Amino acid sequence: MTFGGIFSFIVLAAIFAYLFLRSTPVFREFGLGFITNSQWVSGDGLPASAGSTDPAVFGLFPMLYGSTLIAIAAMLISLPISVALALGIVFYLPKKLSTSVTLITDLAASIPSVIFGLWGLFVLVPHAKYWAALLDRYLGFIPVFNSEFKVFDQSPFVASIVLAIMITPIITSVAREIFSQTPPDLVQGAYALGATKSAMIRSIVMPFGRSGVIGGAMLGLGRALGETVAVFFVLNLVYDKTNWLKILDSEGGSVASLIVAKYGEASEFELAGLFGAGLVLFILTLAANLVASAIVNQTMQKGGRKGKK
Amino acid sequence: MKLATKAVGGIKPSKPWSKNSPQNILFKLIPSVSPIFLAAALVAATDLKGKIGFLLAWLLFTALFIITWPLIIKSKNARGELFLQSLISLSSLSFFLVIAWVFSSVLTPGIKAFTPSLFIGDGSTVEVDTPLNQGGLLHALVGSIIVVGTATVISVPFGILSALYITEVRGKLVPYVRFFIQAMSGVPSIVAGLFIYAALIVTQVIPYTGFTGSLALAILMLPTVARTAEEVLRLVPDDLRNAALALGGTQVRTVFQVVLPSARAGLVTAVILGVARVAGETAPLLLTAFGGNTVNLNPFEGTMATLPWYIFSQMALGTENDVARAWFAALTLLLLVSITFSLARVLNRKKF
Repeated sequence: MTFGGIFSFIVLAAIFAYLFLRSTPVFREFGLGFITNSQWVSGDGLPASAGSTDPAVFGLFPMLYGSTLIAIAAMLISLPISVALALGIVFYLPKKLSTSVTLITDLAASIPSVIFGLWGLFVLVPHAKYWAALLDRYLGFIPVFNSEFKVFDQSPFVASIVLAIMITPIITSVAREIFSQTPPDLVQGAYALGATKSAMIRSIVMPFGRSGVIGGAMLGLGRALGETVAVFFVLNLVYDKTNWLKILDSEGGSVASLIVAKYGEASEFELAGLFGAGLVLFILTLAANLVASAIVNQTMQKGGRKGKK
Repeated sequence: MKLATKAVGGIKPSKPWSKNSPQNILFKLIPSVSPIFLAAALVAATDLKGKIGFLLAWLLFTALFIITWPLIIKSKNARGELFLQSLISLSSLSFFLVIAWVFSSVLTPGIKAFTPSLFIGDGSTVEVDTPLNQGGLLHALVGSIIVVGTATVISVPFGILSALYITEVRGKLVPYVRFFIQAMSGVPSIVAGLFIYAALIVTQVIPYTGFTGSLALAILMLPTVARTAEEVLRLVPDDLRNAALALGGTQVRTVFQVVLPSARAGLVTAVILGVARVAGETAPLLLTAFGGNTVNLNPFEGTMATLPWYIFSQMALGTENDVARAWFAALTLLLLVSITFSLARVLNRKKF
């Protein structure tokens, strides 16, 4: 049983070790430039140091930035919806309705990502293209909604909508658990002082659950960063250009999708680059996930004891 | 709250405050009804067209009303209450509409593409854009079942052992074990696939097989199984454990003869939730199990097609018939996942 206990540690360590070992060639060749450069040239599959005339140059920055941009946009879309949903489930809806709402959100969490990819590409993109055109026409004066090429399909905008739908159930379920941990004596106390529900939520639930909800949002962020197939289909991948904030232009990067797009015909050196990309993604999501779960656990424990104040 | 208004001795309170005057009702109805008309007007007047256009306009106007209407109301409390209520109803409604949209847009083309032969034939006779009545996805369905089944067999013992360490051994390492299980649940699926690819396939320990796919899925499945199993085992009363120990049982016998059997239904739920978690995973299978055109029953030899891979590859082909196949496979996958998920729910309700 002790072995079973440390098994997850062994697996994590093995993932790290293998990805690190396999990617050493690229880190040796480019150093930190692997993360800060903006280039992904396969060349003839050999690094410049091996005397190649058409050297392979790898820099992960556009993909890294793109992944983060999409994930943060998705989180911003999904956070208010999730918090409202969770508040509704915990405080507003009658018991029966709230169980079925919980059931539906949990079911939504289990929809496979490839189905979201299929739906996103064939159903959402035609509509979202149109929304994006409207946004560009009427809100184009805001830099974020300005488009350079007026080609709107497969943009980071669409990708973040799809991701937002995918992470909403996750953030909702964390927020729901946090809110239901609110110390009941504080809640009843607020009611006894004559607070309305909204006043109670504003003055008791929100201060108590704020950090927990932020943790939930970061869990969603971690999930969105690592999402592969759905993004692969709804995003037009570019490898050497950082699409800074123009989320309506159909150019974007994603680390996970890069791996799927390139691994098939990769040379040995490029494969090392992809392992490096995987390593960066692994560390990034691990960090997001650990910080998030630390915050969530802290809030949960706070709820277990009597509330402060 | 409920308690305060509960009738005492069968006398019902009259609650004068809850009576709505017609004026009051009208005032409440305006923000919910008027967006419908305004949206209709906008759709008629501008180039925003179609059902989706209407829906979008409706959402926009409702949001507008949510923000402005409370400002018209004088009472600060009522303002806050109305704002929150409308925000909650609007966001839950829009989320469920989107989920219903996803389901219905998978159902419609999926059912349209259905021909019985899809379940009988495999992919060996299918070229690009072959009509739907030739060949099918049997190989992918069988492959999915084998790969996920093998992954279950691999990950469940480790998952349950991890949970047992937390609830039974209760050693010094408990916080760390939970920490690492938590960390493992955050591993992106593509990284799990990449790890197996780096560790086994590139090094040529094992070539592309169904088994490598199962290993990748097992990594993703383990944390789900471990966390659910932990919750379930926690529900086993300590009295049972103490009684077993008092009868002279060793810890191992206590666990295997008392704790595990009494949590049986819950453990099955844990396993099913794990299956539902990985059944739709695509990215790791692209890198590990790869694909194939024929039914392959041996997970240790040859590449193996799976449903998610099938959807992915048919989608990538992009012709009309291939996309129809992808939709049908998506429908099959969605049904499978929903059924496993509901099964877990039903079992969970019974507890033990």
